[in-house]
Amino acid sequence: MIDMEGITRVYDTGKIQVEALRGIDLTIQEGEFIAIMGPSGSGKSTLMHLIGCLDTPTAGRYTLDGEKVETLTDNQLAEIRNRKVGFVFQSFNLMPYATAYENVELPLIFAGIPGAGRKQRVTSLLARVGLADRMDHKPGELSGGQQQRVAIARSLVNQPRIILADEPTGNLDSASGEEIMSLFMELWQQGNTIIMITHDPNISDWCNKIVHLKDGLIENGEMH
Amino acid sequence: MKQWFLFQLFFREMKSQKKRIWLTISGIAWGTLSIILLLSFGEGLKLQLGKANKGLGENIVILFGGQTSKVYQGLPKGRNIRLTDEDVDLLQQKIPQITGISGEYDMYGETFTYNENTLTERVTGVLPPFEYMRTHYPQAGGRFINPIDVEQRRRVVFLGNSLKERLMGDADAVGEIIQINGTPFTVIGVMQEKMQMSMYGGPDADKATIPSTTMKALGGRQYLNRLIYQVGQAEMAPLVEKRVFEILGRKYRFDPNDSKALFVWDTIEQTQIAGNMLIGIQLFLGLIGALTLLIASVGVANIMYVSVKERTREIGVKRALGAKRKHIKQQFVMEALFIALIGGVLGGIVSLIIVTVLQGIPVGDGPLQLLGKPTFSVPIFLATASILGIVGLAAGYFPARRAAKVDPVESLRYE
Repeated sequence: MIDMEGITRVYDTGKIQVEALRGIDLTIQEGEFIAIMGPSGSGKSTLMHLIGCLDTPTAGRYTLDGEKVETLTDNQLAEIRNRKVGFVFQSFNLMPYATAYENVELPLIFAGIPGAGRKQRVTSLLARVGLADRMDHKPGELSGGQQQRVAIARSLVNQPRIILADEPTGNLDSASGEEIMSLFMELWQQGNTIIMITHDPNISDWCNKIVHLKDGLIENGEMH
Repeated sequence: MKQWFLFQLFFREMKSQKKRIWLTISGIAWGTLSIILLLSFGEGLKLQLGKANKGLGENIVILFGGQTSKVYQGLPKGRNIRLTDEDVDLLQQKIPQITGISGEYDMYGETFTYNENTLTERVTGVLPPFEYMRTHYPQAGGRFINPIDVEQRRRVVFLGNSLKERLMGDADAVGEIIQINGTPFTVIGVMQEKMQMSMYGGPDADKATIPSTTMKALGGRQYLNRLIYQVGQAEMAPLVEKRVFEILGRKYRFDPNDSKALFVWDTIEQTQIAGNMLIGIQLFLGLIGALTLLIASVGVANIMYVSVKERTREIGVKRALGAKRKHIKQQFVMEALFIALIGGVLGGIVSLIIVTVLQGIPVGDGPLQLLGKPTFSVPIFLATASILGIVGLAAGYFPARRAAKVDPVESLRYE
């Protein structure tokens, strides 16, 4: 599914150059649940952004689901993000003025799917994450855990090849956090490929492989 | 197709920023109101001035006999030139560009009597072309002097509307007999009310008109007080004037280049000058209105830039979900156009109401006569709509470009 070779990302701010990633080789198979861990500044977010095609590497090759990504245009990358990647953020990042339904619908709108086709998909996904009765609620009317579930439904709506989660339980209490992690487990067991940044020391209970990053390089990869 | 979904999206987002958007819309509405009202007042001024100028006549030149200022063919300078009815025929025959011509005789201080009412006013003696040349149009049920009146020297009189009111009140005037200096005259018509800015000897509304032949028969007049001719095509007027000087110069033996030999009151030139002035005024007013609208649009652009800044994280999230730069751009442009549209419609409706109300108020005789009738017109509407469209697009485009440039990675870090 994911094949990265010699991935480097350098930020050039004019005065100084920051080497966020200094040569990453990473292979992820379909159906794996990968955790990315590491101290602050190790490049976790940068790696996540590159995997999710939000950013392009300064050097190296990246093939996602058979497509060579490093040479794609901005519009092509946008399409890949829309079709192949599902994002789940630590701070949920829902549109505050829209209902749960409208938030989940968003990626379908950018994919150009007409309203009738959207309805079926959105309602079934919201039911799947247990929010069928909260479809018309705005984020302000939902708890943290519920908001994250909306975000997860949103990430699934275009049937992505990979799900990228950046500390999804970081803003949640332990009970909600557990709920969210069980949801991810379900998704994994249903065959989804999940890549998650986390600080959770118990993450090894959930995932099948941990990638440790330090100073822009992978330290080791543990298999379970 | 995709535009429609984006439109739905755009509508939802708009709802969340109601207050700010309404403030901006008010700005555009005010700017639109200003430009429409200013242009309408300018248009009204132009129309009223046009009407007022017609109050004297349509494309007419008024000719008076003058005094020669040059020696010519052995004749001294300082000779009085006096015009007669023969000159009317002469000029009519020789100058085809003249579309109407008549001489005019004045008599002042004439006594008018009807039943018990008496008053003193002036009478002029003219030919039938006076009707359309000097806008002496009769009210319904009456008529102006015709060729048979002239031929038979009939004692018929055409009354100015004001004179009729003073002499005969509300009575039906046509067919009634009044006395002018003791001679009975039959009223054949009353003049339609009109706005008159220029005049000689007093407003037309206050005088009476009889056939010039009748006046000559009663009073033995030889010389015209003035000669009036009409030039159908206004641009021919200078040529016609030259010909008039040539022809009359030959008859009365004065130098055709002697500009003092005849006194010319060219209302055509007057109208042109006024017309140019008006165009200048309209442009000026339009400019002011446009500037006001421009300032409002700067407000729109400002708000949009702030909006982009505030929604940076949102933009980043949307980009992460697969929105392309053009989607982001389109959204902001739509927002600006929407503001411009609603603001424009609002301003337009209010200004139309104002114009309609003002149009209904009678303006009397004072300065309000010219200023008090703002008039809306299709060109005004088109001009305003185009300016609004441009304003909306410009105010939205630049912030939209900025929004589209948002780097999702950066914005997702943005707190």
